[in-house]
Amino acid sequence: MAYAVRRGPLRKGHGEKPSERIIHHLLFLSAVSSILVLFAILATLAYQAIEFFEEVSIVEFLTETRWTPLFQPQYFGVLPLVAGTLWVSFIALVVAVPIGLGSAIFLSEYSPDRVRRVIKPVLEVLAGIPTVVYGYFALTFVTPILMGIFPDMIVFNALSAGLVMGIMIVPMVSSLSEDAMIAVPQLLREGAYALGAKRHEVATRVVVPTALSGIVASIILAMSRAVGETMIVSIAMGSTPKLTFNPLESMQAMTAYITQISLGEVPFGTLEYKTIFAVGIALFAIVFIVNLVGYYLTKRYTELYSGL
Amino acid sequence: MRTRDIVRATRRKFAGSLLLSLFILSTATAMIALALLLVDVANKGAPWLSWHLVTNYPSRFPKQAGLRSALLGSIWIAGLTGAICFPIGVGAAVYLHEYAPKNRLTSFINLNIFNLSGVPSIVYGLLGLGLFVDLLALGRSIIAGALTMALLVLPTVIVASREALAAVPEGHRFGAYALGASQWQVVRRIVLPQALPGILTGTVLAMSRAIGEAAPMIAVSALVYITFDPTSPLDRFTVLPIQIFNWVSRPQADFAGLAAAGIIVLLIVLLALNATAILLRNKYQRRVRE
Repeated sequence: MAYAVRRGPLRKGHGEKPSERIIHHLLFLSAVSSILVLFAILATLAYQAIEFFEEVSIVEFLTETRWTPLFQPQYFGVLPLVAGTLWVSFIALVVAVPIGLGSAIFLSEYSPDRVRRVIKPVLEVLAGIPTVVYGYFALTFVTPILMGIFPDMIVFNALSAGLVMGIMIVPMVSSLSEDAMIAVPQLLREGAYALGAKRHEVATRVVVPTALSGIVASIILAMSRAVGETMIVSIAMGSTPKLTFNPLESMQAMTAYITQISLGEVPFGTLEYKTIFAVGIALFAIVFIVNLVGYYLTKRYTELYSGL
Repeated sequence: MRTRDIVRATRRKFAGSLLLSLFILSTATAMIALALLLVDVANKGAPWLSWHLVTNYPSRFPKQAGLRSALLGSIWIAGLTGAICFPIGVGAAVYLHEYAPKNRLTSFINLNIFNLSGVPSIVYGLLGLGLFVDLLALGRSIIAGALTMALLVLPTVIVASREALAAVPEGHRFGAYALGASQWQVVRRIVLPQALPGILTGTVLAMSRAIGEAAPMIAVSALVYITFDPTSPLDRFTVLPIQIFNWVSRPQADFAGLAAAGIIVLLIVLLALNATAILLRNKYQRRVRE
């Protein structure tokens, strides 16, 4: 909308009957409830995690390299779980970034409208498939193929989970990047064509650099999705927390640990019960930081073009 | 001089076609992966599809195992989730789009909604476990699961409803104000009726997300063996994705087939919900065009 619109009546609350004022307040409350949800998440995680840290020192949690809360001797170092999460997310990004960007460039710069209208919804279907289905696909389809290629691979491994997770987050990268590319003003493209640039040069040297902050934001959001993904890693990656650099081995992601403990009904108040909240708060912290960076990048790119 | 130009031109042309084929290849890869997934599931699951699958309770014996309690649980969860998050989500959207002044609180709420939609679903599961199951003593019940799911999909409903509200032409509001309507009258009589199909579409999509999510339901309900029909919101429950997860994680090949059949059922349910959403959207677009 080109012009600014002053919404609603001229004065605040102008002509509001008491009943309407109540409605106004109720609507306000529903909007504020979203803030309450975030506080509830933080409070719940913190409440249990604080009890956990009364028994286990934060220093041990952050620096110990073994995670064996389920058997003696118990060690509570979150690093192996963090490593598992980061490994599988990294593999997923290696898959999703080139495929997602390639499709975004194809859709925004090359494909005729008719083709685009078919491909876009198909890519969106990928985003709508439940994650448990991807987990099934990783374990029963991708893993057997990979085992043919790497004979010494373990059934539960980070590579298979990462590859499938990569496919899962392709639509995040492609649709957000495509939005950013489409937002690039047509004038910039035409300017490049006027200088004799070919289509691929316009795409890679004008459109991609101009849309870069939007593209980076899409990658970051995809990364936060990968870090928080649960079912693929629970099904296909295994449950042996391990600090390793070999993606063919079994590892455990943070989310997979939470699932593993949740599957058996852990009695409330036990140390085991508290560990999932401690891992949860660490996971929340990682995702929260990643998301904030993504938010500011998205905001920057919207501001960038509002003037053009 | 001229040879150099020709070499350069050829190289540019080559680079152009190479890049184009790479772009097409990446688009194709994603679509091929989707096709492989669907074909694989259909192949392995089809032999296991039968009426027993939806009418039987889970069992240790693959031939008798069914999804009945999981299917009912999923319907309960999706229905209650929709019922809980619809009023709150729409209320929040109406406030943010129609009432909210441009101030710090509003932009904080917006940032907050963005952040909530990025919180991993398993963390919502922990919230549900710590708050609803444990602290509020609702137990591992359907209502605890539905409340958890409602919080999880709330940002989706708010964002979709806001978009539907934004699509209502500004002139309609001005017209109503010019006739002396109050703000609530404008919202209630002019804006909401036009935005309703879009809002419903968003809610149906949120419900389909609630049906597909496994992680938070595992945290709330755990892996439980249910051989009865849930009849009240305080009953224990299991849902389709949990049952599928259970079957996937068993080593016997028969259970992998069952899992694939379960996935087919899950995808059919989701397809039905999404078709509803598309029908609603088409109705909506026709009305706007008029």
